Amino acid sequence: MMHVRRSPVEIAANRARYEEHQKKGLEFAPKALPDPSPLPAPAIAAAAVIHQETVPGGWYWSTKLLRGEAIRIDQAEGNSTVALVAWNAADTSERINLVDTAKVQWTAALGKGRVIFSDMGRVMFSIIEDSSGAHDCLMGGSTAISNAAKYPGEQTRNTRDNLILAAVKLGLDRRDIPGILSLFAPVRLAEAGGFGWHGKRSKSGDYVELRAEMDMLVGFSNCPHPLDPDLTYQPKPVVITRYKAPVPAADDLCRTATAEAVRGFENNALMQA
Amino acid sequence: MSDFIQTSPARSVESAVQDPFIAAEAPWSGIVRKGQTIRIEDSYGQQAIDTLFYRADDFSERYSNQDTMRMQGSAYVGIGTKIMSNEGNVMLTMTADSCGRHDTSAGACSCESNTVRFGHGTKYLHACRDNFVLEVSKHGMSKRDIVPNINFFMNVPIKPNGEMTIVDGISAPGDYVELVAQMDVLCIISNCPQINNPCNGFDPTPIRVLIWDGED
Repeated sequence: MMHVRRSPVEIAANRARYEEHQKKGLEFAPKALPDPSPLPAPAIAAAAVIHQETVPGGWYWSTKLLRGEAIRIDQAEGNSTVALVAWNAADTSERINLVDTAKVQWTAALGKGRVIFSDMGRVMFSIIEDSSGAHDCLMGGSTAISNAAKYPGEQTRNTRDNLILAAVKLGLDRRDIPGILSLFAPVRLAEAGGFGWHGKRSKSGDYVELRAEMDMLVGFSNCPHPLDPDLTYQPKPVVITRYKAPVPAADDLCRTATAEAVRGFENNALMQA
Repeated sequence: MSDFIQTSPARSVESAVQDPFIAAEAPWSGIVRKGQTIRIEDSYGQQAIDTLFYRADDFSERYSNQDTMRMQGSAYVGIGTKIMSNEGNVMLTMTADSCGRHDTSAGACSCESNTVRFGHGTKYLHACRDNFVLEVSKHGMSKRDIVPNINFFMNVPIKPNGEMTIVDGISAPGDYVELVAQMDVLCIISNCPQINNPCNGFDPTPIRVLIWDGED
C-alpha cells in the first residue's frame, strides 16, 4: 500500500505544539497543586447535608448526585477501598473515563485539585478535598475469581458483582460498567511497570470530597482492593455523605489549576448552556 | 512499506486466511476464531494501533484493560500477556512481539478529549473514537460498548509518582505482535489518526493484519 508521507515541516510543527502542551502539563500543574487535606476531616454543616449513608463492608450503593452537590467518602473504621463509577444522568452513555482522566492530566496519580473526566471531554467530578492522594485508576476491583484465589473457602462479596447489581438496578446492564476508580487504594507502579501496594500512604480516617460538575448517577462498591495485603476478608463500613457544596469561587482550585481543567470546564459550560 | 518477518514455517503471507491492509487513519474489524493467530503489523513504524476485542457470540463480554493489568500485576502489554475480558476469561494470549512496548492505560484519542488536551482548535480532526463508533456500529453496538482499549506500539511510560506521558514510539517498520485467540473474538481496530502527539510520529501510516488458522 502506497502512502504519501507528511512533510518534515508539518511534522516538526505538530511536534513543537505537542511539546509545548507537554511542558505545561508536566511542569506547571504539580507545582500549582496543594498538599493533601489535613486530618481530621472538618464537620459538614448539618443544614448542607442531603443524605448520609453507611455502606457496610462488602456492599454497594448508588445515588443521584446533582451538579453543585458533593459527596464525602469517609473511611469510618480504618482502611477500606471504595470503588466508584459514574454516569451522566441525562445520557448514561457518557460515563467516567479514567484513561482520559489520566492521559489529559499527564498523571495517573489523582488528588486534591485534580478533576475526573467523562468520555466526552467534560468534567464529572472535582476532587475538592483529599487527605491521602492514594487512589488507583489502573487495576480495577475484585471479582468472584480474584476473591476465590485470595480468600479460599470463604464466602465473600466482590466489586464486579456489586457494580452489576448497582448498574442493573439503575436500568443499565453489564455493558455499561466503566473502568473503576478505587479510592483509598495506595497503588503505585515500579519503574518496570509492576504494581505495588504502599500501605503507609493511606491512613485511618482518610477522606475524599468530590464535587459533581454535572447531574450524575454514582455507584459505589465497598470491597477490599485485589492488592490489599490483608488475606482475611474483613471489609469495614464506609460513610458517604451527600451534601450541598459551596458555590465555586472564580479562582476555584479545581477549575483553574491546569489548562486542561479549564478547557474541560469550557466543554461543560457548552453542555449546560 | 516493510518486508514480512516470518515467525513460523506455517505462517507466511501466502498461508494467511485474511491479510487486510488498513489505510492510514482508517478503522477495520474482523473475526478471529479460537485457535487462530492474528498478527498486527506496524508496516511503517511508530504507528499506534488502537484495538478492542469482543466475544464473537456475546458482545457484552469484551476486553477489559483493568482486568488485564490486574491479572498480570503490571501495566504494560507484552509477550505472555493474557488479554482478559470483563468476565475474567482469557480472550487471547500474546505469543510474539518484536517491539516490546504497548500501552493499555491511555485509551483512545477522541475529538472531545483532544479539545481538552490540545485546545478547542483540534476538535475537528479525525480521531480513534470516531473510528471505533463507526466500526462497532456495523456490529449493532454503540458508544456505550466502547471501553478502554489496547494501544499496540504506543509508548506511554508511567513513573512511580504517577506521571504519565505519551512519548515517541519505538516500533520500527515491520514490527509486529501476534496473539492466539482463546475464544472466537471480534477484533476492532482504529489505525490511529492522531497528529497532536508522538504516538504516530506525527505522520499516521498504513498497517497490515494477517490471520492464520491454528497449526494443530
